[in-house]
Order: sequence, then C-alpha cells, then structure tokens
Amino acid sequence: MASVSHLFHLEIGVRIMSENIKVEEYILSMENITKIYSNGFIANKSVNFKVRKGEIHALIGENGAGKSTLMKVLFGQEQPDSGEIFYKGKKTNITNPLVALHMGIGMVHQHFMLVPSLTVAENMVLGVEPGKYGMFSYKEAVKLTNDISKKYNLPIDAEAKIMDLPVGFKQRVEILKILLRGVDVLILDEPTAVLTPQETDELFKQLKVLKEKGYTIIFISHKLHEIKKLCDNLTVLRNGRVTGTAKVSDLTEQEISKMMVGRDVFLTIKKDVAQPKETVLSVKNLSWVDKHGKRVVNNLSFSVRAGEILGIAGVEGNGQRELTNLIARLEENQIGEILLYGKSIAKQSIREIREQKISHISEDRMTFGTVYEATIEENIISDRFYKKEFNKNYLMDAKKIKNHVNELIKEYNVRTDSKDLPIRTLSGGNMQKVVVAREFSSDPKLVIANQPTRGIDVGASEFIRKKLVTLRDQGAAVLLVSADLNEVIEVSDSIVVMCDGSIVAYLKDAKRVTEEQLGEYMLGIKKQSDEELREVVHD
Amino acid sequence: MINKIENQFKFIRIAISISIALLLAFLIISFVSKDPLFAMYNLIIGPFENIRRVGNIVELMIPLLFTGVGVSIMYSAGQINMASEGAFFLGGVAAAYVSVTFLLPYGIHPVVAMIAGGLIGGLIGLIPAILFVKFKALPVVSSLMLNYISYFLGMYVIHYIIFDPETGYLSSFLYKETAILPKLFSVTRIHWGLVIGLIVVVLGYLFLKKSKWGYAIRMIGMNPNFAQYSGINVGFYILLCQLIGGAIAGIGGAVEQLGMYSRFQYQKLSGHGFDGVLVAILANYNPKFVPLAAFFIAYVRVGADVMARNSDVPIEIVSIIQAVIIVFVASERFLAGWKHRKIVKASQERFASEEA
Amino acid sequence: MDVIFKSIFSTVFFYTILRVATPLIFVSMAALIVRKGGIMCIAFEGMMLFAALGGVIGSALTQNLFVGLLLGTIFGVTIAMIFAYFVLVLQSNNVLTGLALNILGSGGTVFLLFALTGEKGTSSSLRSLQVPHWNIPIIKDIPILGEIISGHNLFTYLAFLTVILVYILVYKTRLGLRIRSVGENPQAAESVGIKVIRTKVISLLIGGLIASFGGMYMSMGYLPFFTRDMMSGRGFIGIAAQNLGGGIPLNTMLSAMLFGSAEAVSNVFQSLRLPSEFVQMLPYIVTIVGLISIGGVKKESKSKIKRIKEIKESTHE
Repeated sequence: MASVSHLFHLEIGVRIMSENIKVEEYILSMENITKIYSNGFIANKSVNFKVRKGEIHALIGENGAGKSTLMKVLFGQEQPDSGEIFYKGKKTNITNPLVALHMGIGMVHQHFMLVPSLTVAENMVLGVEPGKYGMFSYKEAVKLTNDISKKYNLPIDAEAKIMDLPVGFKQRVEILKILLRGVDVLILDEPTAVLTPQETDELFKQLKVLKEKGYTIIFISHKLHEIKKLCDNLTVLRNGRVTGTAKVSDLTEQEISKMMVGRDVFLTIKKDVAQPKETVLSVKNLSWVDKHGKRVVNNLSFSVRAGEILGIAGVEGNGQRELTNLIARLEENQIGEILLYGKSIAKQSIREIREQKISHISEDRMTFGTVYEATIEENIISDRFYKKEFNKNYLMDAKKIKNHVNELIKEYNVRTDSKDLPIRTLSGGNMQKVVVAREFSSDPKLVIANQPTRGIDVGASEFIRKKLVTLRDQGAAVLLVSADLNEVIEVSDSIVVMCDGSIVAYLKDAKRVTEEQLGEYMLGIKKQSDEELREVVHD
Repeated sequence: MINKIENQFKFIRIAISISIALLLAFLIISFVSKDPLFAMYNLIIGPFENIRRVGNIVELMIPLLFTGVGVSIMYSAGQINMASEGAFFLGGVAAAYVSVTFLLPYGIHPVVAMIAGGLIGGLIGLIPAILFVKFKALPVVSSLMLNYISYFLGMYVIHYIIFDPETGYLSSFLYKETAILPKLFSVTRIHWGLVIGLIVVVLGYLFLKKSKWGYAIRMIGMNPNFAQYSGINVGFYILLCQLIGGAIAGIGGAVEQLGMYSRFQYQKLSGHGFDGVLVAILANYNPKFVPLAAFFIAYVRVGADVMARNSDVPIEIVSIIQAVIIVFVASERFLAGWKHRKIVKASQERFASEEA
Repeated sequence: MDVIFKSIFSTVFFYTILRVATPLIFVSMAALIVRKGGIMCIAFEGMMLFAALGGVIGSALTQNLFVGLLLGTIFGVTIAMIFAYFVLVLQSNNVLTGLALNILGSGGTVFLLFALTGEKGTSSSLRSLQVPHWNIPIIKDIPILGEIISGHNLFTYLAFLTVILVYILVYKTRLGLRIRSVGENPQAAESVGIKVIRTKVISLLIGGLIASFGGMYMSMGYLPFFTRDMMSGRGFIGIAAQNLGGGIPLNTMLSAMLFGSAEAVSNVFQSLRLPSEFVQMLPYIVTIVGLISIGGVKKESKSKIKRIKEIKESTHE
C-alpha cells in the first residue's frame, strides 16, 4: 500500500504545480472528458488534459489506460459523452478528423495512413492536390514536397514510392504530410514502436527541430527513457483516469513508473509452491524479423518446466505475440531453436504439435481463437474432431460430441442457452471460456496462454486464472503472457520480463516481485546482467 | 431466442428475395404481355396442370441436385469456383464417350460412364483450386476460362472422336442401349438419375455436415486462420473439396446424358453448373435443402417454359428472376436493419423480464 | 505449314488482331479503372451485352447513330450502377452480384430483344446502324502499314484513344489519384477527407462507360447486329488482361492484344480446316497462363531477407 500513499502526495504536488502554470497559455485544453463505448466500457473518466504551446507533452499509460481513446476524441474520430475541448482559447466541437485538420491538429497514426504504391509527393498532397481543371500537377506536388522538406530540414526523396521506403521515412512522410496541411499541434501515437533505435534518435532530432519552430507535440509512449529524453511535461493515464500531470524533469523514471502501474483492485490467488519437474519447452537464441526487416524477437533463451507457471510480463507489442505464435507454429522463418521435449519443432505441423498436448490461447480471439459464425460446439471441437473417440463409421459421433461439449460447457461455466448457438451471440468473457474449455480440456502438457483474460469480466478472469493454477498442479508447464502485472505476479511462479523483443529480467520467485519492480524492467529503465538472465534456462 | 431470430432471418431473407423477384417478374410481364394475367397464370399454375409437366419439373431438377450439392461443397471452403459448369459438360462428354465406344453389360455400363464423368469432373474442379493454392490465381476468372476450355475440349471429342455424320448436325453416335438409365415412371421421362441424385444429396449432406472432413472444410470457409491454428491442413482440404464438388458435378453431367438423351447433342455449355450456384445459394450451402431449392428453380423454369409456349412472354424471364434472387440473398445489409431491431427488441424484453 | 505461315504473316492477319482485340482493350481498360478503385467486378459481360443491345435498339428506333450510342451507354452504365448499389451500399458479395448481373445480361437482353422484335437469336430484323469505318488519309496509302492500321471501325481507334485517356485519367488527374488511393488504402484516403464510396462509384461509372463501348463495338462494328451471348467470355478475358498487365494501361493494352492475337490465330486456323476446337481454346489457355504468371512470384521484402541473413551470421560467430 506504500505506493498508493506515495501517489497521493504526488498528486497533491501536481495539483499545486498546475495552479502555478495556469497563467500560461494553453493551446489546447480538454476538460472533464468522459467516453463510454457502446459495450459499456468506460475508456475515459473525467479526464483533464492540457497542453501548452510549443511544448512536447507526453501522454503515457499502460495498454488500455485510455490514451488512444483520448486522442481519438481530440482528433475527431470519437465523440466524447461529456466534457469540453478548448483550442486556442475557443470552445470547439471536433466532429471528424477533417475538422481537426482544418483547426490545426494533425495526427500520425501507429498504422501509417499512406498509400504504398504512390510516391511520396502524391501521398503528401492527397486530398489537396495542386493543379487546374481537374488535372493533377505532379511537378507542383514534388515541388511542394521538396519545399516543405527543406523548410523543416526533413530530407525525403519526393519521387520514391512509399512501399520502397524504410519505416522511419514513412513516418517522416506522415509528419510532413500534416505539416503541409498547416497544423500547429502534432499528435504522435507511439511513433517509436515500429522504429529501430537509430531511427528513433533521428525522429527525436526532428521533433526537437519542430519544437524550436514553435510546434506543439503530443507524444504517446510507454518508454520512459524516451520521455525523459524528449518531453517537457507529461500526463499519466491509468484505468481511464488521469493520475498526474507534471514536469518531466521533476520526476525520476521510478516515480513515473509508479504513477503508471498502480492498481485499484488487487487480486490474490491461493496456490502452493510450485514443484517444477522436467523441461517441456526450451527456447534457444530465438529471433524473428518482421516484414519491414525489424528484429521483433531478439535472441530469446528460456525454458518452461512441467509443474510451473512462467509468466512473461511486458508492455504489449514487445515481441510477445510473435514469440507465442512461433512456438505455436503460426509464424514461420524462425532463427534459433524451439525445442519441445528436446525435439525441434521447426519441421513439425501444427497438428503434430497439438498432438503432443500443446495448448495455445491466442491473444487474437477473433482471428485465431474462434470462428465467429460457427456454433459453440463447432468452436470447441476444432482440435479433436478427427480423433477416433469422436468418430464412428466415417461420421462424427454426434451423441458423444454432444455429451462431451455439454460437459465442458457446464465445467467451464459458459453461460448460454444451447451449444448450437453461434459463438458470436456470447459475451466476450463467455467466448473466452469456450476457447479455454477447448484448450484446457485436452489434458495439456504445455499451455501457452497469451493475454488469456484481456477484455473480459472479473468473474471469467478469475475462473481462467484458477484453472491455470489447477493445470500446473496436475503437472502441466504453463507459459503465461500478460500485460496485466497483477495477473502475472499472482498467477506465475517465476517471471520473465520482455522489452523490445529481448528478455531483460528473470525473477525467480514471483511472490517477492512488486509491480514497481516489474514496471522498471518492462519500461526499459533497468536490465539484468547476462549471468542473471542465464538462470531462466534449465537444462 | 437470438438463435431463433438468426434462423428465421435466413429464411425470411430468402423468402423476401424470391418474392421481390417474382413481383418484379409480374411487373415486367404486365409491361410486355398483351394478356398479363393469362401469362402469370401459366407461370405459376401451369407447371402443375398435368402430370407430364410435373414430370418436367422433376426431370429438370435431377441435374440441379448434382450441381447444387457439388457447388455447396465447393463454396463451403470459401472458394468461389465456377468450374461446376465445365465439369458438368465434360462429365457428360466422358459419359457419351463411354456409352458410345465401350461394350459393357447392363448395370455396369452406366456405372462406368458415371465414374468416367466423375473423374473428369473432379479434375476440372481441382484445377482452379491448384492454381489458387499454388499461384494465387483468382479462382473466379481461372474457372470461367477453364469452362471455355472444357467446352472446346468436349466439342473436339464429339466432333472428331464420336461424331455421327449421319445426323446432319454436330452430335455423337447413339448411346448403346446398355448404357441408358431406365425410366422410373411410364408417363414421364423421370429416370433413375433421380434416385442417384437423392443418394448424392444424402451422401453430400453426411459428408459436409456430419463428417470430420466436412467439418474441416466448413471451418476453413468461415475462418481459415482458425482452421490453421487448430491444426487443420488448409491447402489439402481446399483441394479435396474442389475435387469432390467437381466430381459430383461431373457425375451429374453423365447422369443427365444417360437419363435424358440418346446421343450427345449439346451445342453449347448447358448452364446447369451456373444454376447449381444459384441452387447452392438458395440452399444456404446445405445439401439438405438442395432438393427444395432445385425443385423451386426447376418449377420456375417449367413455369416460364409453359408461359413462353402459351403466351407472348419469352422464357428468358427466368434469368431476370434468378439474377434478382441472387443479388438480394447475397446482400449482407439487406434486411439487416430489421434483424438488428428484432434482436434489440428481444434483448430488451429479456432484460425487462429478468428485472421483473 | 506454308499456308499457315502465309496466313499469319499477312497484313490481313495483323489487321484481324486489331479488329478482334478492340473489345478486349475496352473491357481491360474498364477493368483497370474499376480495379484501381479497389473493386473486384466481374459484371462486364452483363454490361457489354446490355450496351450492345441498347446501341442496336437506339439506332434502329431513331435511325440516329448518336442516340444509339447514348442508349447503349445508358444501358451498360445502368448495370454498373446496379452493381455499385448492391456491392458498395448493400454490401453484397461482389462475385455473386457480378455473376447475377451476367445472368441478367445473358437472359435479359434476349428477353428485351424478343419483346421488341419477336425474335430471340439476332437483331437482324431491326434496321440498326453501324459505326463507320475510317480510311485514314495518307496512312492508307502506305503499303503494309496502311493495310494494317487503316480502314478499321472507328471504335477500334477509339479503343486506342481510350488507353491514352485512361492513362491520363489515372496518372494525371486529381480524380485518378483519388481513385488509386481509395482502392489501395481507403482509411488513408478517408483520413485526408476523400469520400471513399463516392469515389468508388465514380470509378465504376467510368468503367461501365468504357465497357459499354466494348459492347457496342460488338453489335455495331464487329457484327452489324446483336446476337445472344455474343460476348462469349470477352468480359472475363478483359479482367485477365488487366491482371496480366499489372494495372498499367500500356501493359494491359498489350495483354489484351496478346489475347486478341490468340483469337486471331484461332480464326486463321479455323479457315484452314484444322481441328478448330483446340485453336479456339487458345485465347482461354493463354489467359490462364497469364493468370498463373502473375501470382507465381512470391515476394519477400528485400530488407527482411537481408536482416535474417545478418542475424544468422551474427549468431553463428
């Protein structure tokens, strides 16, 4: 509870500070913004967010803290349910992105809004094309691009096609594109997530130049060292609320981390000390490169033993998904080795892996975990429909399957009227229970659970966590990936922390780990030595 | 409750689509016909006026049973493959070849002819799937091109291998009597193909809806990523179901030749494969409903035929009806608002009753 | 063999290529515009059939060529707009909708023909007009070249003009840039204020217009009347030509001419009393081979391959 009282003081400090700066001019002020999505999820709760002219303001928080929603509201992609937005002192109503652009607010999305086969110049002027009588003057577009590129000292080849450019340059085009439209405020949504360190350095230089020219920048990130390096002020969101606004230089990275990762509700799970046995899964020097040539998984080595839960903590998008997809064979072209019971899986099919009693809960429930249009029954039997026990004389044994599925529905407490309903009629939590019923009921020896409780209700989450522990007690090896720190700490026996595709920490006893500690590792503030990291490999 | 609405919705959408199509047909008829009421009477009641016409409906329905089931299986894997048309045509040619050149006893002869038709049909169905899995070639376009190739290939066989110069038009020799499928009833031309077709419907239903292979195929059609994740070999099943669907269409072509004709005399593609697409759409890709859908299409055909012969409205009104049905049934948004309101209302009632 | 050579290397043969490639060039350009707008449309057969009939009816009823052309265009574009309404607004399955409109084209035109003339096979009883041929001054007197490129139907010259116009539209106009952006990344287009659906509808409108010319050529140039199902797959070959041409107007035109020459070759062989069936398959076989050759090359990004190599080398050391 120490962290909570600490936060309290911090917030008072922040309040005092913000009163001091009230006299200064805010270019932008969002007041009491509340946004409730149609499924009832409250993404922003009375958020106050103020940005001064000419600063680089960091907006930080964990996944799901409400950063993106707040920025969507600002950029006109979502409408707030209550609250007001003031821009340059005037109350405004931002109904769509065009209104935002006209007012002078531009956004660089995480997924670039560029047309790959068009050239840089063509992308730059899209929507405001130069030319007369319906014609498009490409020359003019190139000239405009070169002019603006020179003006802001952001060199770019105006006639190159977007698809031939490295990611860093694509981002530069995005920035130039909104500069061309004459904006004063730039929103950058996790711009460094897709960049290499060198590209990040380059971006920071550019942003500092823009700041000197008087632009205001809102920088969304959860990498604290970047924020320390770049930003003037910061606002922290947690669970849809603002937990503080402060000058970056007034806080240490540790203090910021605490503001981000504190929790309102604490869960505890009763479990005995793990009794690890033989190694089931071992990963050796595993790397993987995405289609842009970025090294998303970076030289990972670890092992998971029967009878233990190894948690992987980390901010989402730090290589966890690619790691679990590689183990489940949904992703190809691995570099390094993945061994199951000491045998490489590189040449094995997904069916062969599953037959060795490997279960996989994908974090992407809609793409991999379920068939939206199929029934609950059809969703449950996808990994076992072909087995002898469920087939009789060329046909599937409907009676046996029915009993099996009904038992699972009961055991996993799926709330539905019938097994024959399409799974899309279920709530998110119940849908996930169906996935879990399939993956946990095959007597698994290794469970790969990636974000098993994300976006589902408390009851279902607790149920799934307890099941994981039960499976462990029955002798399964469990690899739990989660961005929910509370969950990782409570459920896991040992924890590995991933940051930027690498393992940065191995914490042998999860019971003794605090969220603050994890926060420092996953946000890249601290890193263990190679000797400490070697302990995660049990051979 | 929601499940009920979902099921209702599918049927209502099809029913309303058919109604719109018929209404539009009436509208057109009243424009072009001098005696529209008489024409409409012929279209709707005409097919049931005597036993021979009812027989015509069943005769027309038989080939559609095959192509309808074949296309249902092909499309269940999410492959829009039009090769059922070429498969049906070449299946017929293969059967014609076997019937003309082979000397086999009664009973065996048609079976061999049907096997030949099934083999060539399966091959034709498989080709676009291979081109898709291996080369990412668009199945719609490649299969349509393949249909023309199938047509010319078939015509070559008729023209140069089993051509009968005596008839005065492009046709094959007479089929040997041993190969002909016998008639079932004396008044009509309904033949044993009906029995074979219904067996195919049952087998197709069991395969697609009750067997492990059918399950895998349907999951691939609905979400190939999920199928892959679950350990299903996606490429293999896509090839398998296109092969089987094509084979069924090919057998259908053979049955049609042996049951309805005494020599091969098609001068162009017969359109049964395309009609199979329509039948499959109406049956919601479920072989169980194929007989009903095939009967309906055959009924409309015969009705239009009766109308064309007795009045001044040409039979091509059928394609207008077909086109209108397809576009409405294939439309996601059509009546979606109605469904949404219904579900919202049901949920609200549920909340109300739970609170009370 | 000698006869074949003589037939192929004759001016008549090359003249024939241009003649039979004309409708394919039109459709492939229509397919190109529509594809650039990000729409997979297979309804060109239907558009062309209706346009072909519309041209015949309009010119026969009024004895005015321009009214004929206007009515043909209206017919063809109407089909394109029906497609647009169902696919873009009601979100129907595009392939099934295209299939339905082709069925409608096949039967609906015959229905209409019968309602007007009482005949089903051809429109020869209607006194419809033809688009004239043009002997190009000066060029017509040049030996060989004149024989090949002069004296064609005006539609043929219009087809080549269309290629240029399509090129200009796609690459040199504001609308073309927007069509391309909408087709490739609608979110990006929307984020800068481009109306996505409207732009797609416009691309279908233009595509329908061009396809209509292809259809009218068949009934007012290639033949002097309408016959049932007279497109015989040309709408699909046009799509394949667009595929093979990789969305570039010039390459697409060349692909259309390649498929056209396959048809011209088959015409030559037919007159030689060889098994015509195999020869007639040629355009379709060439089309399928064309489809395969585009999809066969799987592209891994260069930067990725390079990076994997680097990492492998560094871990081996």
